[in-house]
Amino acid sequence: MPSVALREPWQDLGHQRNSAVLGMWLFLGTEILFFGGIFAGYSVYRFLHTADFLAAGRETNIYYGSVNTLVLLVSSFVMSLGSRAARAGLFRFARLCFPVTAVLGMVFLTLKGFEYNDDLEKHLFPGASGFPLPEAGAGLFWAFYWVATVVHTIHLTVGIGAVFRLQILSRDDPQWLNDSPSAEVTSLYWHFVDCIWVFLYALIYLPGRS
Amino acid sequence: MSDITAGAYEYSRTPSIGAVDNYLTHGRTLRSWLVTTDHKRIGILYALSITVFFFIGAIAMAIVRLDLITPAPDLVSDDTYNKLFTLHGIVMVWFFLIPSIPATFGNFMLPLMIGAKDVAFPRLNLTSWYLFVIGALFTIGCIVAGGVDTGWTFYTPYSSQYSHGFVIPAAAGVFITGFSSILTGLNFITTIHSLRTPGMHWFRLPLFVWAMYTTSAVMILATPVLAMTLLLMSAERFFGIPIFDPARGGDPLLFQHLFWFYSHPAVYIMILPAMGVVSEIFTCYARRRIFGYSFMVYCMVGIAVVGFFVWGHHMFVAGQSPFANLVFSFMSFVVAVPSAIKVFNWTATLYRGQITFESPFLYCLGFLWLFTFGGLTGLVLATVPLDVHLTDTYFVVAHFHYIMVGGSVSAFFAALHYWWPKITGRMYDEAWARFAAILMFFGFNLTFFPQFIMGYAGMPRRYHAYAPEFQIFHVLSTAGAAVLGAAYALPALYLLWSLRRGERAGPNPWCATGLEWQTESPPPRDNFRTPPVVVAAPYQYHSETHGPDYQHRDIERAQGTV
Ligand SMILES: [Cu+2]
Repeated sequence: MPSVALREPWQDLGHQRNSAVLGMWLFLGTEILFFGGIFAGYSVYRFLHTADFLAAGRETNIYYGSVNTLVLLVSSFVMSLGSRAARAGLFRFARLCFPVTAVLGMVFLTLKGFEYNDDLEKHLFPGASGFPLPEAGAGLFWAFYWVATVVHTIHLTVGIGAVFRLQILSRDDPQWLNDSPSAEVTSLYWHFVDCIWVFLYALIYLPGRS
Repeated sequence: MSDITAGAYEYSRTPSIGAVDNYLTHGRTLRSWLVTTDHKRIGILYALSITVFFFIGAIAMAIVRLDLITPAPDLVSDDTYNKLFTLHGIVMVWFFLIPSIPATFGNFMLPLMIGAKDVAFPRLNLTSWYLFVIGALFTIGCIVAGGVDTGWTFYTPYSSQYSHGFVIPAAAGVFITGFSSILTGLNFITTIHSLRTPGMHWFRLPLFVWAMYTTSAVMILATPVLAMTLLLMSAERFFGIPIFDPARGGDPLLFQHLFWFYSHPAVYIMILPAMGVVSEIFTCYARRRIFGYSFMVYCMVGIAVVGFFVWGHHMFVAGQSPFANLVFSFMSFVVAVPSAIKVFNWTATLYRGQITFESPFLYCLGFLWLFTFGGLTGLVLATVPLDVHLTDTYFVVAHFHYIMVGGSVSAFFAALHYWWPKITGRMYDEAWARFAAILMFFGFNLTFFPQFIMGYAGMPRRYHAYAPEFQIFHVLSTAGAAVLGAAYALPALYLLWSLRRGERAGPNPWCATGLEWQTESPPPRDNFRTPPVVVAAPYQYHSETHGPDYQHRDIERAQGTV
């Protein structure tokens, strides 16, 4: 009997897997260009207002940023273990890794929430009145901070949902984890969201701190 | 005629007399259409949706053209005028032209042309249609609520700070529709990589498939940048954060760079599919192999790649550095080279062909003329000193309409007539179709040629009060628009008529060589009763040694046989 993971129009699971992985890579190509708009804008303004950006960067909270970077890197490691385990048939281990990954993602979101709260208490939202930094470029820095981190947070939330989806769909039929490309594709997406954060970390928390 | 398709394909055609099971009869309820994952039905869903938008955009422009008959701004208010041309631009670019050929004929034909059962991700395909519909609802909502007046380009700081229109709903509509075209592109590329039938090597792909491949690549890489640009603009407008605001250190030119990084390649999203269509049709009605197949492929790839590095030609007078102007001007000349090669190759394909002037061929001839003219005037605009004179005049309007309407829309109608028998199983009335094709060509030129002249003479775009010496050109243009409108409406009549009364088409009414003609019309749900096997290159309209070239007297003379 063919696996339930096999979908139209595919004839075999391997072919389906390769194509799904290709599709996800193409999607990540789109995503890179999507974030590319932010990175391009940030770079131009940092070039135009270098000193202002360094001053603004010093106002970020590097502790939240660093801990969150660590959390996401560990989550990516666990996600890798999970998707490899799914391929190797170690379904119980895989089904242990996925919830850990998702919880680490939620830890990130929680810390990010605390950080946003602190930022708002310090009036570091350039659209509202009382923005404390006088430099022209500082407002731009913080505008990009908010847009970039919020867009990243939305991506991470989608990722957490996708990881839970693996857990739910494999509850009654762990073999599905092996047959379906879902685990591998979800893992790719997760690593991408993680990579974007690593870049954001360097661009947001490190300026003005060397 | 016997050697026309001989040896090109091995396939067994199941005797299909009396076979009624096709993709149209596979389910007859409305629900069966709304949850379909059949690429052919999704193509038709797209076709119906974009037709609605084509008429919305056309009505907006009809009012504008009526207003422009007199120099005085008498028909609509200034504000309404701005909203009408904005609506026309947004609707025609994102809700008609971008999805026009790829999402309809691409969806329908691509799997058939490579011998596949469906696209790689059928459910994702349906998702992209729903995304299109959601984006469309935002746009319609924006129109009903009162419209938007920024122009289709959403330039900041007007859009982000001063406009009183519904900028964010309009941008949201474009944003969401953008993801529909991204997902379509992703689906097509994966399909072409993964689902080619045995023997369909990369260099045996029909050029329409290559056109879809290169278009998809541009969709995937350009559209997300537009999405982020609109997101940043909307964030500035909604939250008041500084992003492009020059008063707070921002740079409006950055917006233009990001916007045109998408919007110039978007022209290739519109024209590459048209080039694919024309290659299919010229070969078929001239009974000729394509001239320089591999060059046609490399040219499309070249256009897609170089097209990403010319966007600055929209900003020659916006305050860009002279060095940047020079580079972008040069690159714009470079990107014209592969387009020109294609035009020459099409012409060479027709040379010594056994041409019959069926309506799809007439539309393609129209394409060839109008695209060439639009392309050459593009070179005029790519020349910095000339652009300083011509920028923001009707010359620009005429130029891009020659490419996007004269080129892409002509090719869209060519594709519609060429594949109509395959899609519906019926033949339309050829005499009416030829009449419509010719009418469209003349209507188009009457509409847009006067715009070159008045633009050169200094008529600025986007104004509805103008100096009286331009009136004659505006009157001609409006008269042309009426003719053009009739030419667009005519096919709706005879094509609908053909659905009931048209002759049965049979599998291959044009004796064409593509795989899509090797199955029934309309095709069955799974496209082919027996998976086809490909054993030769496309366009085998004549064998290597019996083509028109071979029997040409010049060649015989060269060989000393005459
Ligand atoms: Cu351009």
